Amino acid sequence: MRLRFSRKLLGVPYAVFLIFFVIIPMLVILFYAFTDKEMHLSFGNFIQFFSDHTKLSTIVYSLVIALITTAVCLAIAYPVAYILARSKMKKKFVLLLLFVTPMWINFVLRINAIRELLSWVGLLGEANYFNTIFGMVYDFLPFMILPLYTTMLKIDESLYEASADLGAGWLTTFSRVTLPLSMPGIASGITMVFLPSMTNYVVSDMLGNSKVTIIGKFIYEYFGTNWHMGSMVALILLIVVFLSTWLTGGFKEDETVRGANL
Amino acid sequence: MNRKAILIKCLKAFFIGLVLLFLYAPILLLAVYSFIDTDVIGTSGAFTFDHYRDLFTDSQVMTMIGNTLGLAFASAALSTVLGTMGALGMYYCKKRVKTAMGAVNRIPIINAEIVTALALAITFVAFGLPKSYFTLLMGHMVICTPFVVLSVMPKLKQMDNSLYEAALDLGASPAKALFKVVLPQIIPGVISGFMLAITLSLDDYIVTVYTRPSGFDTISTYVFNATIRGNAHTAETLSSFWALTTIIFLVILIIVIAANLTGRKKKEVLK
Repeated sequence: MRLRFSRKLLGVPYAVFLIFFVIIPMLVILFYAFTDKEMHLSFGNFIQFFSDHTKLSTIVYSLVIALITTAVCLAIAYPVAYILARSKMKKKFVLLLLFVTPMWINFVLRINAIRELLSWVGLLGEANYFNTIFGMVYDFLPFMILPLYTTMLKIDESLYEASADLGAGWLTTFSRVTLPLSMPGIASGITMVFLPSMTNYVVSDMLGNSKVTIIGKFIYEYFGTNWHMGSMVALILLIVVFLSTWLTGGFKEDETVRGANL
Repeated sequence: MNRKAILIKCLKAFFIGLVLLFLYAPILLLAVYSFIDTDVIGTSGAFTFDHYRDLFTDSQVMTMIGNTLGLAFASAALSTVLGTMGALGMYYCKKRVKTAMGAVNRIPIINAEIVTALALAITFVAFGLPKSYFTLLMGHMVICTPFVVLSVMPKLKQMDNSLYEAALDLGASPAKALFKVVLPQIIPGVISGFMLAITLSLDDYIVTVYTRPSGFDTISTYVFNATIRGNAHTAETLSSFWALTTIIFLVILIIVIAANLTGRKKKEVLK
């Protein structure tokens, strides 16, 4: 009997790949998070982690850094996206590219450039928290601009005209038309900036003079000493990620592709 | 145009200019100093190509650049093949299977990179797989392939299905119809998936650190270790990174300009 060719079968290699390199690793994390060093079922990792005051204060610091980074990114990116999306320029696409191009330089080299800049102005080693946030804003800003720009571009120009015709001022138009319609972009922008600014410890290591610890760094430290604790932190981050994507209504898939479709 | 409108226009342009300055200032600073004979930014010196010479004569640096490019092309090529096949398979599957695979496909995209990296590293050790080029390649494929699937999927949805049926009716074998009819329709998605995979792999630090064999360095890990841990074997290495940043920036600029001059059609989509 000749095996009938089915197009579905093309997906089999990728399904196998996903099982081995995505699903199983997640299960391994889950297993390690709930076991102790003797591989017995245990909740000790959670209790130990959350009863450690220095850990908790680091988490608070890390959350504050992430919040500030996200807020600053939003404050800069929103006007940029608004101006670009509503510009009547023929070549506004080129202008958008200008904002995205730095993102394609290797990210460690980019942070190194910031490091050189900060050391030139004399801030390196002096203002560790400021430097970390500065670097994160620099690094993650395009992730905020892109989703905002794509959602704002979809807003029908006639809505603005209608709003003006009906006598609304600039502020009313903004609060009743622009803001509500750009909400999906704000949501995906926030999720794309907030998470890396809690976990990407490369920035805080390179700019914070090794004085700034963020949640992601815990995982790095535990990886050398205690996998069970490391898995537990990873599991918590995993839950945070799923909760936040669920709450914000999930990712718009065309906005997560980092500007490759430009 | 009245005065107020002109003022608003100027303010807008000023703001855009300010943000662009913020984005480009660090890179331009390095670009300028990559031609100045000094190892400390801010001090003066004569015009020189020494940093570029140092870059190209440092064998360790050249090795890590080669490693980075080789890894990026290998993982992007494999991810593109795997992801395109995966997207095709998912597209033709039952809805339940499609949704399930789509959900798993999103995990590496939304997950923090450090979580993906730790999970992979522990799994490799737990299953007795020593870190090697293979584990590194798999790590990069985990972060690249889901994006390939995401960029191929929309093209499949836009595709005209009757063309495939027509090809079969006219006597083409399913494989031939797939290559001659389906693939040409989705090729833009495949290409942008490949490009995206390359940039993701080139950019990666965290997954690389957790899955690489010992002694294997990419640009990311090498620069990080050289600046933070002071692992640079000479002082010149650090300033040769200025030259490296400048070269990469110029290459990207050329690619962006070339892509814009050749692919004008794409712009219509974004209008």
